[in-house]
Amino acid sequence: MRQLCKGNVAIVKGAILAGCRAYYGYPITPASEIAEAAALYMPQVGGTFLQAESEVAAINMVYGAAAAGARVMTASSGPGVSLMQEGISYCAGAELPCVIVDVVRGGPGLGNIAPEQSDYFAMVKGGGHGNYRNFVLAPASVQEMAELTMLAFELADKYRNPVIVMADGFIGQMMEPLDLEDREITLPEKPWAVKGTPQTRANLISSIFLEPDQLEAHQRKLEAKYQRAQQVETRHELYECDDAEVLLVGYGITSRVLRSAVEAARRNGLKAGLFRPITLWPFPSKELAQAAAKVEKVLVVELSNGQMVEDVRLAVNGRVPVEFFGRTGGNVPSVEEVNIELTQRLGVLA
Amino acid sequence: MPTELSEEVVKEAVEQHEELGFEVIHEKSPVFYDRFERKSDLQGQTHYCPGCGHGVAHKLIAEALADLGLQDKTIFVSPVGCSVFAYYYFDVGNVQLAHGRAPAGATAIKRTCPDKIVISYQGDGDLAAIGTAEIIHAANRGEKITVFFVNNAVYGMTGGQMAPTTLIGQKSTTSPFGRRPSNEGYPLHMAELIATLEAPVYVERVALSDNKNIMKARRAVRKALELQRDGVGFSFVEILSPCPTIWAKDPVEARKWVAEKMIPVFPLNVFRDKKPEALTDTAPPIRPVREVLELGTKSTGADVTPHHAHHFKEFTVKVAGFGGQGVLLLGQLLTEMGMREGLEVSWLPSYGPEMRSGSANCHVTLSRERIGSPLISHPDVLVALNEISLRKFASQVAPGGFILYNAERLPADFTLPQARIVCLPASEIADKLGSIKATNMVMLGALLEETECLLPATALNVLRDKIKKVAMMEVNDQAVAAGRDFIDHYVRVGAVTQPDGFAG
Repeated sequence: MRQLCKGNVAIVKGAILAGCRAYYGYPITPASEIAEAAALYMPQVGGTFLQAESEVAAINMVYGAAAAGARVMTASSGPGVSLMQEGISYCAGAELPCVIVDVVRGGPGLGNIAPEQSDYFAMVKGGGHGNYRNFVLAPASVQEMAELTMLAFELADKYRNPVIVMADGFIGQMMEPLDLEDREITLPEKPWAVKGTPQTRANLISSIFLEPDQLEAHQRKLEAKYQRAQQVETRHELYECDDAEVLLVGYGITSRVLRSAVEAARRNGLKAGLFRPITLWPFPSKELAQAAAKVEKVLVVELSNGQMVEDVRLAVNGRVPVEFFGRTGGNVPSVEEVNIELTQRLGVLA
Repeated sequence: MPTELSEEVVKEAVEQHEELGFEVIHEKSPVFYDRFERKSDLQGQTHYCPGCGHGVAHKLIAEALADLGLQDKTIFVSPVGCSVFAYYYFDVGNVQLAHGRAPAGATAIKRTCPDKIVISYQGDGDLAAIGTAEIIHAANRGEKITVFFVNNAVYGMTGGQMAPTTLIGQKSTTSPFGRRPSNEGYPLHMAELIATLEAPVYVERVALSDNKNIMKARRAVRKALELQRDGVGFSFVEILSPCPTIWAKDPVEARKWVAEKMIPVFPLNVFRDKKPEALTDTAPPIRPVREVLELGTKSTGADVTPHHAHHFKEFTVKVAGFGGQGVLLLGQLLTEMGMREGLEVSWLPSYGPEMRSGSANCHVTLSRERIGSPLISHPDVLVALNEISLRKFASQVAPGGFILYNAERLPADFTLPQARIVCLPASEIADKLGSIKATNMVMLGALLEETECLLPATALNVLRDKIKKVAMMEVNDQAVAAGRDFIDHYVRVGAVTQPDGFAG
């Protein structure tokens, strides 16, 4: 049955249905409802909720719980996620599966609490030190907040790697119908975990490889994993792309505006289509290149000064002009604004 | 240095010690690995310097774990510092953690494996500098872990920089003129600090300065682990430990330095040894997931009429007013109603500081199709609960749209937008009904009556399910009715408010 639910709350519902029973976090607007929902639900389903003393402690608690084999998560927003970056790097280095939610707000610095997508570089390109990747999923609805969180746990365990659910202030704060089913799940075996048992006594969770050759070998192993993921884990959504002359590209809340913009453009006789990356890493480059092959122009819209657009340009590889339109500071472009960009700046109708 | 002692030397030493009343253990604890693979060519040796206290501390812990039969149950958390490689020696489950964060990691490990033994082993840079917050908070929460804090008054691994525990006047590579309180403050007394907290059950400082003190340390290590085994609480043992290499002393002099220089600053003491308390707080009862997450909760009123023929493809409402006027709730109720009538819906609030002071607004979209943007540039309806909202948002209303304004009349200088306006004194009506808090319900009734976007019956069902305050139920129902009534009797009849906004 459908229930009206806030995006941030849906994250926790999805997590619990994915078998997560451990939440360690620190509150921050606009992500606090995630901690609040976890505080409410986790103890009632036999799980752990702990409000850490800081985001630094929180991510290291996540590291500890993951090391002991738990499905574990945390959530924060920009400044808090910045504090977690070291720990995320450690999790990647030690190959610990975990889920981190970033409900992105305005930055840099304290910025503001309004929605932005300006953490794309920090989440998708790393942010912490060293050679590693985060999987990054970008929900665009309350339903997806839950579903992609569930997927995040699957990917985290499958690849033994941190997975980021990158939302924004609006997707986190808005309410929409949420339709979830309780289902039986089988949690994967984690023979590598350290559980204080005779079977796991020989196990070691560590990210230190002192010898250069050892560390290089470890990094090659990680890289091979990332290459595999790039082949099979990309996800995207197409809308009205079959006959599109211009392709809009956006994710998260922006993709919602762009969906309406496509409809408005088509009402005005302009054949627009929408390409929505759902995985920001691995980025659906091949699929985007295919979708872009048929259009005359690509317009990337982000709540940033142009971050994902770099990956779009790499994917399109100069075959089609790629334009960028961004709003920041918490301003979300309206459908009208996007259509003005489409018709005037790109000159497609002229 | 010889790695093996001759049998005679060992025998002599054993006899001497036994005369002094010590139990002599000279075999390697089974909790240590047979071979130490940290140094490929010297597998009988640790990577620690000769005379370093870590070797002794490791031995005391390993022996205690063996004697207590805890080897298979133990998870050892190694820090960043000289003991980062402790996992090369302890044949137990091992987790290496980031600098200073061992107590945070250990917290979660213990909560994941509550019946296991979790040890956080840390040095003074790790625990008393970068990880101060983590140790204080883990101790304050009374995590049922054991922390061994090795204090050697310097940063050993990185080559002898100042530690928070460096003594006054002590030279280090980053206090080359000696530690000066005017510049670097005073040595941090961690055991005393931890002992100020309520939760820890056992806090002791010991020293590896001489055999007598080492035996005391041995007892402290054991006791701390026994307390964890028995599930009693947080135990903390600070171990003053020699660092001959950085102190530039031979091992014997280094031990002497612990006794003569460190102990006067860091007195040996049992700072806390309290009986376990039975905490009386209780966790909430565990319930089925389906119930907790409200996955299958049927509304008491059931879904009203999913097949109700809505007169729109998409209908958008913006609700705005002061925080506290029930702006967001009114929007949520509309959204819930739409969902129950089988529509696609979205609710997008203004949030944050805006929510806590001053004005609030939210966007509601009701649609027969999947909703694109939940942001509304041009709402079909504006519900303005105060004058500021009217002035701010009236011009956004779609041509042919409708404004519902909470007042008897429009402000005199108000310029009319391209929209129909109905003024109704909802606050006054609500107040007369018994609660000004029902203002938003009066507006809801009026909105439903005027636009017929959703069924009033759905509203009553949603109110029944969502408004938990029993005292408000009746007032709310009456308020919705009064709002509908107002539209019915006054607006439709044309008695009070005209499209030009002035009371007739």
